[in-house]
Amino acid sequence: MKEKKKKERKNTLPILCMVGPTSLWLLFFLLIPLIYVVVISFMTKGAYGGVVFKFSIDSYKRIFDPLYLTVMWKSIVMAFETSVICLIISYPFAYMLCKVPAKVRGILTLLIMLPFWVNGLIRLNGWSNILRDSGFINTLLMKIGIIDQPIQMMYSEGAVLFGMVYTFFPFMVLPLQSSISKLDQSLIEASYDLGARKVKTFVRVILPMTLPGIFAGTIQVFIPSLGAFFISDVMGGGSAAYLGNLIQNQFLVARNWPLGAAFSVLLIIFTLVVLKAYSKVGDLDDLA
Amino acid sequence: MDDAIKGGAAMKRKEKKKMGAGSIIFMALVYLFLYMPVFVIILFSFNKNNSNIAFDGFTLKWYLEVFKGDSLMKNFWLSIELALVSMVISVVLGTLATIGLYRYEFKLKKFINGLLYVPIVIPELVIGLASLASFSKMGMTMGFATMVFAHVTFCLPFVIITLRSRIADFDSSIEEAAMDLGANQWHTLKRVTIPMLTPGIISGALLSITLSIDDVIISYFVSGAGDITFPIKVYGMVRGKITTNVYVISTLMIIGIVVVYLGAGALGRFLEKRKEIRDIKKIEAQ
Repeated sequence: MKEKKKKERKNTLPILCMVGPTSLWLLFFLLIPLIYVVVISFMTKGAYGGVVFKFSIDSYKRIFDPLYLTVMWKSIVMAFETSVICLIISYPFAYMLCKVPAKVRGILTLLIMLPFWVNGLIRLNGWSNILRDSGFINTLLMKIGIIDQPIQMMYSEGAVLFGMVYTFFPFMVLPLQSSISKLDQSLIEASYDLGARKVKTFVRVILPMTLPGIFAGTIQVFIPSLGAFFISDVMGGGSAAYLGNLIQNQFLVARNWPLGAAFSVLLIIFTLVVLKAYSKVGDLDDLA
Repeated sequence: MDDAIKGGAAMKRKEKKKMGAGSIIFMALVYLFLYMPVFVIILFSFNKNNSNIAFDGFTLKWYLEVFKGDSLMKNFWLSIELALVSMVISVVLGTLATIGLYRYEFKLKKFINGLLYVPIVIPELVIGLASLASFSKMGMTMGFATMVFAHVTFCLPFVIITLRSRIADFDSSIEEAAMDLGANQWHTLKRVTIPMLTPGIISGALLSITLSIDDVIISYFVSGAGDITFPIKVYGMVRGKITTNVYVISTLMIIGIVVVYLGAGALGRFLEKRKEIRDIKKIEAQ
Protein backbone atom coordinates (compact mmCIF):
# COMPACT_ATOMS: atom_id res chain seq x y z
CA MET A 1 0.00 0.00 0.00
CA LYS A 2 1.22 3.42 -0.86
CA GLU A 3 0.67 5.30 2.34
CA LYS A 4 2.03 8.52 0.94
CA LYS A 5 -0.55 8.83 -1.77
CA LYS A 6 -3.43 8.41 0.60
CA LYS A 7 -4.66 11.73 1.71
CA GLU A 8 -6.70 12.11 4.80
CA ARG A 9 -9.96 13.47 3.63
CA LYS A 10 -12.86 14.09 5.89
CA ASN A 11 -15.71 12.79 3.80
CA THR A 12 -18.25 11.13 6.00
CA LEU A 13 -20.96 10.78 3.38
CA PRO A 14 -18.85 9.03 0.70
CA ILE A 15 -17.35 6.75 3.33
CA LEU A 16 -20.81 5.76 4.53
CA CYS A 17 -22.04 5.19 0.98
CA MET A 18 -19.05 3.12 -0.08
CA VAL A 19 -17.95 1.17 2.96
CA GLY A 20 -21.29 1.24 4.79
CA PRO A 21 -23.11 -1.48 2.83
CA THR A 22 -20.24 -3.98 3.18
CA SER A 23 -19.81 -3.14 6.86
CA LEU A 24 -23.49 -3.64 7.55
CA TRP A 25 -23.46 -6.89 5.60
CA LEU A 26 -20.51 -8.25 7.56
CA LEU A 27 -22.09 -7.05 10.80
CA PHE A 28 -25.42 -8.80 10.19
CA PHE A 29 -24.29 -11.92 8.40
CA LEU A 30 -20.89 -12.58 9.91
CA LEU A 31 -20.19 -10.82 13.19
CA ILE A 32 -23.61 -11.20 14.82
CA PRO A 33 -23.89 -14.89 13.78
CA LEU A 34 -20.44 -15.64 15.19
CA ILE A 35 -21.21 -13.84 18.43
CA TYR A 36 -24.51 -15.72 18.56
CA VAL A 37 -22.59 -19.01 18.35
CA VAL A 38 -20.53 -17.92 21.35
CA VAL A 39 -23.75 -17.07 23.20
CA ILE A 40 -25.34 -20.43 22.38
CA SER A 41 -22.28 -22.25 23.66
CA PHE A 42 -23.04 -20.87 27.14
CA MET A 43 -26.71 -21.89 27.03
CA THR A 44 -28.57 -25.08 27.89
CA LYS A 45 -29.72 -27.70 25.46
CA GLY A 46 -33.49 -27.93 25.06
CA ALA A 47 -35.20 -31.24 25.74
CA TYR A 48 -36.07 -31.74 22.04
CA GLY A 49 -33.08 -29.99 20.57
CA GLY A 50 -32.89 -26.23 20.20
CA VAL A 51 -31.58 -23.88 22.82
CA VAL A 52 -32.94 -22.90 26.21
CA PHE A 53 -31.64 -19.52 27.22
CA LYS A 54 -30.31 -20.43 30.62
CA PHE A 55 -26.66 -19.82 31.36
CA SER A 56 -24.54 -22.94 31.77
CA ILE A 57 -20.97 -24.00 31.15
CA ASP A 58 -21.93 -27.65 30.79
CA SER A 59 -20.94 -27.71 27.13
CA TYR A 60 -17.43 -26.61 27.95
CA LYS A 61 -17.21 -29.26 30.66
CA ARG A 62 -18.32 -31.91 28.20
CA ILE A 63 -15.61 -30.95 25.72
CA PHE A 64 -13.13 -32.57 28.09
CA ASP A 65 -14.88 -35.90 27.85
CA PRO A 66 -12.08 -38.34 26.84
CA LEU A 67 -14.15 -39.43 23.85
CA TYR A 68 -14.25 -35.88 22.48
CA LEU A 69 -10.62 -35.23 23.35
CA THR A 70 -9.67 -38.26 21.26
CA VAL A 71 -11.68 -36.94 18.31
CA MET A 72 -10.06 -33.51 18.59
CA TRP A 73 -6.60 -34.99 18.85
CA LYS A 74 -7.26 -37.21 15.81
CA SER A 75 -8.45 -34.18 13.87
CA ILE A 76 -5.42 -32.10 14.77
CA VAL A 77 -3.08 -34.94 13.81
CA MET A 78 -4.96 -35.37 10.53
CA ALA A 79 -4.79 -31.63 9.78
CA PHE A 80 -1.10 -31.60 10.63
CA GLU A 81 -0.31 -34.61 8.42
CA THR A 82 -2.35 -33.09 5.60
CA SER A 83 -0.43 -29.81 5.87
CA VAL A 84 2.98 -31.51 5.91
CA ILE A 85 2.25 -33.72 2.91
CA CYS A 86 0.73 -30.81 0.99
CA LEU A 87 3.82 -28.75 1.73
CA ILE A 88 6.17 -31.52 0.61
CA ILE A 89 4.32 -31.86 -2.71
CA SER A 90 3.57 -28.18 -3.24
CA TYR A 91 6.91 -26.58 -2.47
CA PRO A 92 8.93 -28.20 -5.26
CA PHE A 93 5.90 -27.97 -7.52
CA ALA A 94 5.46 -24.23 -6.93
CA TYR A 95 9.21 -23.75 -7.35
CA MET A 96 9.22 -25.48 -10.72
CA LEU A 97 6.12 -23.56 -11.72
CA CYS A 98 8.01 -20.31 -11.13
CA LYS A 99 10.82 -21.49 -13.38
CA VAL A 100 8.77 -22.27 -16.48
CA PRO A 101 8.34 -19.48 -19.05
CA ALA A 102 5.65 -16.95 -18.16
CA LYS A 103 3.33 -17.95 -20.99
CA VAL A 104 3.31 -21.63 -20.05
CA ARG A 105 3.07 -20.72 -16.37
CA GLY A 106 -0.24 -18.96 -16.95
CA ILE A 107 -1.68 -22.08 -18.57
CA LEU A 108 -0.25 -24.38 -15.89
CA THR A 109 -1.69 -22.21 -13.11
CA LEU A 110 -5.05 -22.22 -14.84
CA LEU A 111 -4.82 -26.02 -15.02
CA ILE A 112 -4.53 -26.16 -11.24
CA MET A 113 -7.76 -24.22 -10.86
CA LEU A 114 -9.70 -25.98 -13.60
CA PRO A 115 -10.67 -29.13 -11.61
CA PHE A 116 -12.45 -26.85 -9.12
CA TRP A 117 -15.21 -26.58 -11.67
CA VAL A 118 -16.07 -30.17 -10.95
CA ASN A 119 -17.45 -30.17 -7.45
CA GLY A 120 -15.02 -31.45 -4.81
CA LEU A 121 -17.45 -34.15 -3.75
CA ILE A 122 -17.68 -35.54 -7.27
CA ARG A 123 -13.90 -35.55 -7.67
CA LEU A 124 -13.60 -37.48 -4.40
CA ASN A 125 -16.21 -39.86 -5.72
CA GLY A 126 -13.99 -40.22 -8.80
CA TRP A 127 -11.15 -41.29 -6.52
CA SER A 128 -13.45 -43.72 -4.82
CA ASN A 129 -14.13 -45.27 -8.24
CA ILE A 130 -10.39 -45.70 -8.64
CA LEU A 131 -9.48 -46.88 -5.16
CA ARG A 132 -12.36 -48.98 -3.86
CA ASP A 133 -12.40 -52.79 -3.77
CA SER A 134 -14.13 -53.04 -7.14
CA GLY A 135 -12.31 -49.97 -8.45
CA PHE A 136 -9.87 -49.49 -11.30
CA ILE A 137 -6.67 -50.29 -9.43
CA ASN A 138 -7.90 -53.46 -7.77
CA THR A 139 -9.62 -54.70 -10.93
CA LEU A 140 -6.46 -54.12 -12.93
CA LEU A 141 -4.15 -55.78 -10.39
CA MET A 142 -6.44 -58.79 -10.11
CA LYS A 143 -6.71 -59.16 -13.88
CA ILE A 144 -2.95 -59.14 -14.23
CA GLY A 145 -2.81 -61.65 -11.42
CA ILE A 146 -0.62 -59.77 -8.99
CA ILE A 147 -3.25 -60.09 -6.25
CA ASP A 148 -6.19 -62.46 -5.66
CA GLN A 149 -7.93 -60.38 -3.05
CA PRO A 150 -8.68 -56.68 -3.52
CA ILE A 151 -6.47 -54.42 -1.42
CA GLN A 152 -8.65 -52.32 0.81
CA MET A 153 -7.75 -48.70 0.23
CA MET A 154 -11.01 -46.84 0.83
CA TYR A 155 -12.76 -46.26 4.15
CA SER A 156 -9.66 -45.93 6.24
CA GLU A 157 -7.75 -43.13 7.91
CA GLY A 158 -5.25 -43.27 5.08
CA ALA A 159 -8.05 -42.71 2.57
CA VAL A 160 -9.28 -39.66 4.51
CA LEU A 161 -5.74 -38.29 4.56
CA PHE A 162 -5.48 -38.91 0.82
CA GLY A 163 -8.76 -37.08 0.22
CA MET A 164 -7.68 -34.15 2.38
CA VAL A 165 -4.35 -33.81 0.56
CA TYR A 166 -6.11 -34.04 -2.78
CA THR A 167 -8.71 -31.42 -1.86
CA PHE A 168 -6.44 -28.88 -0.20
CA PHE A 169 -3.09 -29.03 -1.94
CA PRO A 170 -3.94 -26.40 -4.61
CA PHE A 171 -4.51 -23.97 -1.73
CA MET A 172 -0.92 -24.60 -0.69
CA VAL A 173 0.49 -24.18 -4.21
CA LEU A 174 -0.91 -20.73 -4.91
CA PRO A 175 0.48 -18.77 -1.91
CA LEU A 176 3.80 -20.61 -2.25
CA GLN A 177 3.98 -19.70 -5.90
CA SER A 178 3.31 -16.05 -5.15
CA SER A 179 5.95 -16.08 -2.42
CA ILE A 180 8.58 -17.88 -4.52
CA SER A 181 8.02 -15.63 -7.53
CA LYS A 182 8.83 -12.63 -5.34
CA LEU A 183 12.27 -14.08 -4.43
CA ASP A 184 15.11 -11.66 -4.92
CA GLN A 185 17.30 -13.48 -7.45
CA SER A 186 20.35 -11.39 -6.65
CA LEU A 187 20.44 -12.79 -3.11
CA ILE A 188 20.48 -16.35 -4.43
CA GLU A 189 23.17 -15.36 -6.88
CA ALA A 190 25.15 -13.80 -4.07
CA SER A 191 24.85 -16.99 -2.06
CA TYR A 192 26.26 -19.03 -4.96
CA ASP A 193 28.99 -16.49 -5.57
CA LEU A 194 30.01 -16.73 -1.95
CA GLY A 195 30.48 -20.46 -2.45
CA ALA A 196 27.33 -21.82 -0.84
CA ARG A 197 26.08 -25.03 -2.38
CA LYS A 198 22.53 -25.68 -3.47
CA VAL A 199 21.36 -27.23 -0.23
CA LYS A 200 22.90 -24.50 1.89
CA THR A 201 21.52 -21.78 -0.35
CA PHE A 202 18.10 -23.36 -0.08
CA VAL A 203 18.14 -23.73 3.69
CA ARG A 204 19.78 -20.41 4.50
CA VAL A 205 18.43 -18.12 1.77
CA ILE A 206 15.47 -19.44 -0.17
CA LEU A 207 13.57 -21.12 2.65
CA PRO A 208 13.64 -18.14 5.06
CA MET A 209 12.59 -15.79 2.30
CA THR A 210 9.61 -17.91 1.34
CA LEU A 211 8.44 -18.50 4.93
CA PRO A 212 5.44 -16.13 4.57
CA GLY A 213 4.22 -18.26 1.66
CA ILE A 214 4.73 -21.42 3.68
CA PHE A 215 2.74 -19.95 6.57
CA ALA A 216 -0.02 -18.71 4.29
CA GLY A 217 -0.28 -22.09 2.57
CA THR A 218 -0.25 -23.99 5.83
CA ILE A 219 -3.07 -21.83 7.22
CA GLN A 220 -5.04 -22.41 4.02
CA VAL A 221 -4.71 -26.17 4.45
CA PHE A 222 -4.67 -26.71 8.21
CA ILE A 223 -7.74 -24.70 9.24
CA PRO A 224 -10.19 -25.85 6.55
CA SER A 225 -9.16 -29.46 7.06
CA LEU A 226 -10.31 -29.16 10.68
CA GLY A 227 -13.85 -28.49 9.52
CA ALA A 228 -14.21 -30.39 6.25
CA PHE A 229 -16.68 -33.08 7.23
CA PHE A 230 -17.57 -34.22 3.75
CA ILE A 231 -14.09 -35.54 2.96
CA SER A 232 -14.17 -37.98 5.87
CA ASP A 233 -17.77 -38.81 4.92
CA VAL A 234 -16.81 -39.88 1.41
CA MET A 235 -13.35 -41.35 1.98
CA GLY A 236 -13.68 -42.65 5.52
CA GLY A 237 -17.14 -44.15 5.33
CA GLY A 238 -19.84 -43.53 7.89
CA SER A 239 -17.74 -44.44 10.90
CA ALA A 240 -15.10 -41.75 10.45
CA ALA A 241 -15.34 -39.18 13.20
CA TYR A 242 -13.35 -35.99 13.09
CA LEU A 243 -14.04 -32.61 14.58
CA GLY A 244 -15.99 -31.47 11.51
CA ASN A 245 -18.24 -34.53 11.61
CA LEU A 246 -18.69 -34.10 15.34
CA ILE A 247 -19.83 -30.48 15.06
CA GLN A 248 -22.06 -31.17 12.07
CA ASN A 249 -23.60 -34.07 13.95
CA GLN A 250 -24.27 -32.00 17.08
CA PHE A 251 -26.02 -29.35 15.00
CA LEU A 252 -28.03 -31.40 12.56
CA VAL A 253 -28.48 -34.87 14.01
CA ALA A 254 -28.00 -34.96 17.79
CA ARG A 255 -29.36 -31.40 17.91
CA ASN A 256 -27.22 -30.44 20.86
CA TRP A 257 -26.52 -26.91 19.64
CA PRO A 258 -24.74 -25.66 22.77
CA LEU A 259 -22.20 -28.48 22.56
CA GLY A 260 -21.71 -28.02 18.81
CA ALA A 261 -21.35 -24.29 19.43
CA ALA A 262 -18.72 -24.86 22.12
CA PHE A 263 -16.60 -26.88 19.67
CA SER A 264 -17.12 -24.13 17.09
CA VAL A 265 -15.96 -21.52 19.58
CA LEU A 266 -12.70 -23.45 19.86
CA LEU A 267 -12.33 -23.23 16.08
CA ILE A 268 -13.22 -19.52 16.08
CA ILE A 269 -10.63 -18.75 18.78
CA PHE A 270 -8.02 -20.86 17.00
CA THR A 271 -8.71 -19.03 13.71
CA LEU A 272 -8.42 -15.60 15.32
CA VAL A 273 -5.17 -16.50 17.08
CA VAL A 274 -3.68 -17.84 13.84
CA LEU A 275 -4.79 -14.73 11.91
CA LYS A 276 -3.27 -12.43 14.52
CA ALA A 277 -0.01 -14.39 14.54
CA TYR A 278 0.18 -14.52 10.75
CA SER A 279 -0.43 -10.78 10.40
CA LYS A 280 2.92 -10.30 12.16
CA VAL A 281 4.91 -12.32 9.61
CA GLY A 282 3.06 -12.13 6.31
CA ASP A 283 0.65 -10.16 4.17
CA LEU A 284 -2.91 -11.12 5.07
CA ASP A 285 -4.00 -10.53 1.47
CA ASP A 286 -1.93 -13.57 0.43
CA LEU A 287 -4.45 -15.73 2.24
CA ALA A 288 -7.13 -15.12 -0.36
CA MET B 1 17.67 -18.41 -11.26
CA ASP B 2 18.92 -19.49 -14.68
CA ASP B 3 21.39 -16.65 -14.92
CA ALA B 4 22.71 -17.42 -11.50
CA ILE B 5 23.64 -20.93 -12.48
CA LYS B 6 24.78 -20.23 -16.01
CA GLY B 7 27.90 -18.70 -14.55
CA GLY B 8 28.74 -21.96 -12.76
CA ALA B 9 30.87 -24.86 -13.95
CA ALA B 10 29.83 -27.08 -16.84
CA MET B 11 29.16 -29.91 -14.44
CA LYS B 12 26.66 -27.83 -12.61
CA ARG B 13 24.89 -27.08 -15.85
CA LYS B 14 24.61 -30.77 -16.62
CA GLU B 15 23.20 -31.35 -13.18
CA LYS B 16 20.60 -28.73 -13.84
CA LYS B 17 19.56 -30.27 -17.12
CA LYS B 18 19.04 -33.60 -15.43
CA MET B 19 16.93 -31.91 -12.79
CA GLY B 20 14.88 -30.46 -15.62
CA ALA B 21 13.73 -33.90 -16.73
CA GLY B 22 13.01 -34.81 -13.11
CA SER B 23 11.03 -31.61 -12.69
CA ILE B 24 8.94 -32.32 -15.74
CA ILE B 25 8.14 -35.81 -14.52
CA PHE B 26 7.31 -34.51 -11.06
CA MET B 27 5.02 -31.83 -12.43
CA ALA B 28 3.35 -34.32 -14.76
CA LEU B 29 2.71 -36.63 -11.81
CA VAL B 30 1.15 -33.82 -9.81
CA TYR B 31 -1.14 -32.95 -12.70
CA LEU B 32 -1.99 -36.62 -13.12
CA PHE B 33 -2.90 -36.74 -9.40
CA LEU B 34 -5.04 -33.64 -9.88
CA TYR B 35 -6.81 -34.88 -13.02
CA MET B 36 -7.17 -38.65 -12.44
CA PRO B 37 -10.62 -38.36 -10.86
CA VAL B 38 -11.67 -35.85 -13.52
CA PHE B 39 -10.79 -38.36 -16.26
CA VAL B 40 -12.73 -41.05 -14.41
CA ILE B 41 -15.75 -38.74 -14.18
CA ILE B 42 -15.61 -37.99 -17.90
CA LEU B 43 -15.23 -41.70 -18.71
CA PHE B 44 -18.12 -42.69 -16.44
CA SER B 45 -20.39 -40.08 -17.98
CA PHE B 46 -20.49 -42.42 -21.01
CA ASN B 47 -21.15 -45.49 -18.89
CA LYS B 48 -24.00 -47.81 -19.91
CA ASN B 49 -24.47 -48.88 -16.32
CA ASN B 50 -26.28 -46.30 -14.21
CA SER B 51 -25.12 -47.63 -10.86
CA ASN B 52 -21.48 -46.96 -11.73
CA ILE B 53 -19.95 -49.94 -9.99
CA ALA B 54 -18.00 -50.76 -13.14
CA PHE B 55 -17.64 -49.38 -16.63
CA ASP B 56 -19.95 -51.45 -18.83
CA GLY B 57 -19.60 -49.84 -22.20
CA PHE B 58 -20.03 -46.63 -24.11
CA THR B 59 -23.32 -44.80 -24.48
CA LEU B 60 -24.61 -41.27 -25.03
CA LYS B 61 -27.94 -42.11 -23.40
CA TRP B 62 -27.38 -40.01 -20.26
CA TYR B 63 -26.34 -36.98 -22.24
CA LEU B 64 -29.56 -37.13 -24.24
CA GLU B 65 -31.53 -37.48 -21.03
CA VAL B 66 -29.82 -34.46 -19.49
CA PHE B 67 -30.48 -32.42 -22.62
CA LYS B 68 -34.12 -33.48 -22.59
CA GLY B 69 -34.42 -31.98 -19.14
CA ASP B 70 -33.41 -34.04 -16.18
CA SER B 71 -34.66 -33.29 -12.65
CA LEU B 72 -31.03 -32.80 -11.66
CA MET B 73 -30.83 -29.89 -14.08
CA LYS B 74 -33.23 -28.03 -11.80
CA ASN B 75 -30.65 -28.25 -9.01
CA PHE B 76 -27.93 -27.27 -11.42
CA TRP B 77 -29.75 -24.12 -12.59
CA LEU B 78 -30.47 -23.21 -8.99
CA SER B 79 -26.72 -23.37 -8.31
CA ILE B 80 -26.04 -21.11 -11.29
CA GLU B 81 -28.76 -18.69 -10.24
CA LEU B 82 -27.44 -18.58 -6.69
CA ALA B 83 -23.89 -18.03 -7.92
CA LEU B 84 -24.93 -15.20 -10.23
CA VAL B 85 -27.10 -13.39 -7.67
CA SER B 86 -24.38 -13.71 -5.01
CA MET B 87 -21.77 -12.56 -7.49
CA VAL B 88 -23.68 -9.41 -8.45
CA ILE B 89 -24.21 -8.43 -4.81
CA SER B 90 -20.61 -9.26 -3.87
CA VAL B 91 -19.18 -7.30 -6.79
CA VAL B 92 -21.32 -4.21 -6.21
CA LEU B 93 -20.68 -4.12 -2.46
CA GLY B 94 -17.06 -5.18 -2.91
CA THR B 95 -16.18 -2.58 -5.54
CA LEU B 96 -17.62 0.27 -3.48
CA ALA B 97 -15.94 -0.98 -0.31
CA THR B 98 -12.56 -1.46 -1.98
CA ILE B 99 -12.54 2.08 -3.34
CA GLY B 100 -13.78 3.49 -0.04
CA LEU B 101 -11.22 1.55 1.98
CA TYR B 102 -8.47 2.62 -0.39
CA ARG B 103 -9.36 6.30 -0.59
CA TYR B 104 -10.33 7.27 2.90
CA GLU B 105 -8.97 6.98 6.38
CA PHE B 106 -11.47 6.45 9.16
CA LYS B 107 -11.82 5.02 12.62
CA LEU B 108 -13.23 1.56 11.98
CA LYS B 109 -11.11 0.88 8.91
CA LYS B 110 -8.70 -1.45 10.63
CA PHE B 111 -11.53 -3.40 12.22
CA ILE B 112 -13.38 -3.81 8.92
CA ASN B 113 -10.18 -4.88 7.21
CA GLY B 114 -9.59 -7.46 9.91
CA LEU B 115 -13.15 -8.72 9.69
CA LEU B 116 -12.68 -9.39 5.98
CA TYR B 117 -10.12 -12.11 6.65
CA VAL B 118 -12.36 -14.05 9.00
CA PRO B 119 -14.59 -15.71 6.37
CA ILE B 120 -11.52 -16.52 4.30
CA VAL B 121 -9.73 -18.38 7.05
CA ILE B 122 -12.39 -19.74 9.39
CA PRO B 123 -13.67 -23.27 8.57
CA GLU B 124 -16.73 -22.97 6.34
CA LEU B 125 -18.54 -25.25 8.74
CA VAL B 126 -18.51 -22.50 11.39
CA ILE B 127 -19.96 -19.91 9.01
CA GLY B 128 -22.59 -22.42 7.97
CA LEU B 129 -23.78 -23.26 11.44
CA ALA B 130 -23.51 -19.67 12.68
CA SER B 131 -25.70 -18.58 9.78
CA LEU B 132 -28.19 -21.36 10.41
CA ALA B 133 -28.42 -20.59 14.11
CA SER B 134 -28.73 -16.81 13.78
CA PHE B 135 -30.99 -16.80 10.71
CA SER B 136 -33.46 -19.13 12.36
CA LYS B 137 -33.30 -17.01 15.52
CA MET B 138 -34.19 -13.98 13.38
CA GLY B 139 -37.21 -15.92 12.17
CA MET B 140 -36.04 -16.58 8.61
CA THR B 141 -37.00 -19.76 6.79
CA MET B 142 -34.03 -21.48 5.16
CA GLY B 143 -34.15 -21.18 1.39
CA PHE B 144 -32.79 -19.23 -1.53
CA ALA B 145 -32.54 -15.92 0.38
CA THR B 146 -30.58 -17.39 3.28
CA MET B 147 -28.22 -19.10 0.83
CA VAL B 148 -27.62 -15.75 -0.89
CA PHE B 149 -26.90 -14.11 2.48
CA ALA B 150 -24.37 -16.76 3.40
CA HIS B 151 -22.76 -16.99 -0.05
CA VAL B 152 -22.24 -13.25 -0.31
CA THR B 153 -20.68 -13.32 3.15
CA PHE B 154 -17.92 -15.68 2.05
CA CYS B 155 -17.54 -14.37 -1.54
CA LEU B 156 -17.40 -10.68 -0.68
CA PRO B 157 -13.99 -10.76 1.08
CA PHE B 158 -12.43 -12.61 -1.86
CA VAL B 159 -13.80 -10.00 -4.27
CA ILE B 160 -12.46 -7.16 -2.13
CA ILE B 161 -9.00 -8.68 -1.80
CA THR B 162 -8.79 -9.41 -5.52
CA LEU B 163 -9.78 -5.82 -6.27
CA ARG B 164 -7.45 -4.42 -3.66
CA SER B 165 -4.42 -6.04 -5.29
CA ARG B 166 -5.36 -4.15 -8.49
CA ILE B 167 -6.14 -0.84 -6.87
CA ALA B 168 -2.85 -0.85 -4.95
CA ASP B 169 -0.84 -0.31 -8.09
CA PHE B 170 -3.06 2.18 -9.75
CA ASP B 171 -2.28 5.72 -10.42
CA SER B 172 -4.37 7.94 -8.18
CA SER B 173 -3.10 11.03 -10.02
CA ILE B 174 -5.55 10.19 -12.82
CA GLU B 175 -8.41 10.45 -10.35
CA GLU B 176 -7.00 13.68 -9.04
CA ALA B 177 -6.68 15.03 -12.57
CA ALA B 178 -10.35 14.25 -13.19
CA MET B 179 -11.33 16.10 -10.04
CA ASP B 180 -9.07 19.03 -10.90
CA LEU B 181 -10.78 19.22 -14.28
CA GLY B 182 -14.06 19.71 -12.48
CA ALA B 183 -15.53 16.21 -12.30
CA ASN B 184 -17.35 15.60 -9.04
CA GLN B 185 -16.73 12.49 -6.94
CA TRP B 186 -19.55 10.51 -8.47
CA HIS B 187 -18.40 11.30 -12.00
CA THR B 188 -14.82 10.44 -11.17
CA LEU B 189 -15.98 7.14 -9.75
CA LYS B 190 -18.13 6.34 -12.75
CA ARG B 191 -15.85 7.58 -15.50
CA VAL B 192 -12.37 6.98 -14.14
CA THR B 193 -12.13 4.69 -11.13
CA ILE B 194 -14.52 1.90 -12.10
CA PRO B 195 -13.28 1.59 -15.70
CA MET B 196 -9.74 1.31 -14.38
CA LEU B 197 -10.86 -1.41 -11.98
CA THR B 198 -12.72 -3.44 -14.61
CA PRO B 199 -10.13 -6.23 -15.01
CA GLY B 200 -10.11 -6.70 -11.24
CA ILE B 201 -13.89 -6.66 -11.14
CA ILE B 202 -14.01 -9.39 -13.78
CA SER B 203 -11.55 -11.66 -11.97
CA GLY B 204 -13.32 -11.00 -8.67
CA ALA B 205 -16.64 -11.90 -10.28
CA LEU B 206 -15.20 -15.13 -11.70
CA LEU B 207 -13.73 -16.05 -8.33
CA SER B 208 -17.05 -15.37 -6.63
CA ILE B 209 -18.92 -17.59 -9.10
CA THR B 210 -16.35 -20.37 -8.73
CA LEU B 211 -16.51 -20.35 -4.93
CA SER B 212 -20.26 -20.20 -4.87
CA ILE B 213 -20.88 -22.99 -7.38
CA ASP B 214 -18.44 -25.29 -5.60
CA ASP B 215 -19.75 -24.71 -2.09
CA VAL B 216 -21.15 -27.69 -0.23
CA ILE B 217 -20.62 -26.99 3.42
CA ILE B 218 -22.23 -23.59 3.91
CA SER B 219 -25.15 -24.30 1.58
CA TYR B 220 -25.76 -27.55 3.42
CA PHE B 221 -26.62 -25.64 6.58
CA VAL B 222 -28.70 -22.82 5.12
CA SER B 223 -30.59 -24.50 2.28
CA GLY B 224 -34.28 -25.22 2.58
CA ALA B 225 -36.10 -28.38 1.58
CA GLY B 226 -37.32 -26.80 -1.65
CA ASP B 227 -34.06 -25.17 -2.67
CA ILE B 228 -31.42 -27.84 -3.14
CA THR B 229 -28.33 -26.81 -5.08
CA PHE B 230 -26.43 -29.23 -7.28
CA PRO B 231 -23.59 -29.88 -4.77
CA ILE B 232 -26.03 -30.55 -1.92
CA LYS B 233 -27.98 -32.94 -4.10
CA VAL B 234 -24.71 -34.73 -4.85
CA TYR B 235 -23.82 -34.79 -1.15
CA GLY B 236 -27.07 -36.65 -0.59
CA MET B 237 -26.04 -39.28 -3.15
CA VAL B 238 -22.38 -39.59 -2.41
CA ARG B 239 -22.62 -42.08 0.42
CA GLY B 240 -24.65 -44.40 -1.72
CA LYS B 241 -24.45 -44.35 -5.48
CA ILE B 242 -23.93 -41.41 -7.73
CA THR B 243 -26.12 -41.59 -10.82
CA THR B 244 -24.54 -41.06 -14.21
CA ASN B 245 -26.28 -37.75 -14.88
CA VAL B 246 -24.09 -36.21 -12.16
CA TYR B 247 -21.02 -37.17 -14.19
CA VAL B 248 -22.66 -35.88 -17.37
CA ILE B 249 -23.40 -32.47 -15.87
CA SER B 250 -19.87 -32.28 -14.41
CA THR B 251 -18.34 -33.13 -17.77
CA LEU B 252 -20.48 -30.52 -19.51
CA MET B 253 -19.46 -27.96 -16.91
CA ILE B 254 -15.77 -28.56 -17.38
CA ILE B 255 -16.15 -28.42 -21.17
CA GLY B 256 -18.17 -25.24 -20.77
CA ILE B 257 -15.57 -23.56 -18.62
CA VAL B 258 -12.70 -24.52 -20.96
CA VAL B 259 -14.68 -22.97 -23.81
CA VAL B 260 -15.28 -19.83 -21.74
CA TYR B 261 -11.58 -19.52 -20.88
CA LEU B 262 -10.45 -20.12 -24.46
CA GLY B 263 -13.12 -17.75 -25.72
CA ALA B 264 -12.16 -15.05 -23.23
CA GLY B 265 -8.49 -15.43 -24.20
CA ALA B 266 -9.30 -15.22 -27.91
CA LEU B 267 -11.58 -12.24 -27.36
CA GLY B 268 -8.86 -10.46 -25.40
CA ARG B 269 -6.32 -11.03 -28.15
CA PHE B 270 -8.83 -9.94 -30.79
CA LEU B 271 -9.67 -6.71 -28.96
CA GLU B 272 -6.01 -5.97 -28.42
CA LYS B 273 -5.26 -6.48 -32.09
CA ARG B 274 -8.17 -4.30 -33.13
CA LYS B 275 -6.99 -1.61 -30.77
CA GLU B 276 -3.49 -1.84 -32.23
CA ILE B 277 -4.82 -1.51 -35.76
CA ARG B 278 -6.97 1.41 -34.71
CA ASP B 279 -4.01 3.09 -33.04
CA ILE B 280 -1.89 2.61 -36.15
CA LYS B 281 -4.66 4.07 -38.30
CA LYS B 282 -4.95 7.04 -35.97
CA ILE B 283 -1.24 7.71 -36.24
CA GLU B 284 -1.37 7.36 -40.00
CA ALA B 285 -4.31 9.75 -40.21
CA GLN B 286 -2.33 12.32 -38.35
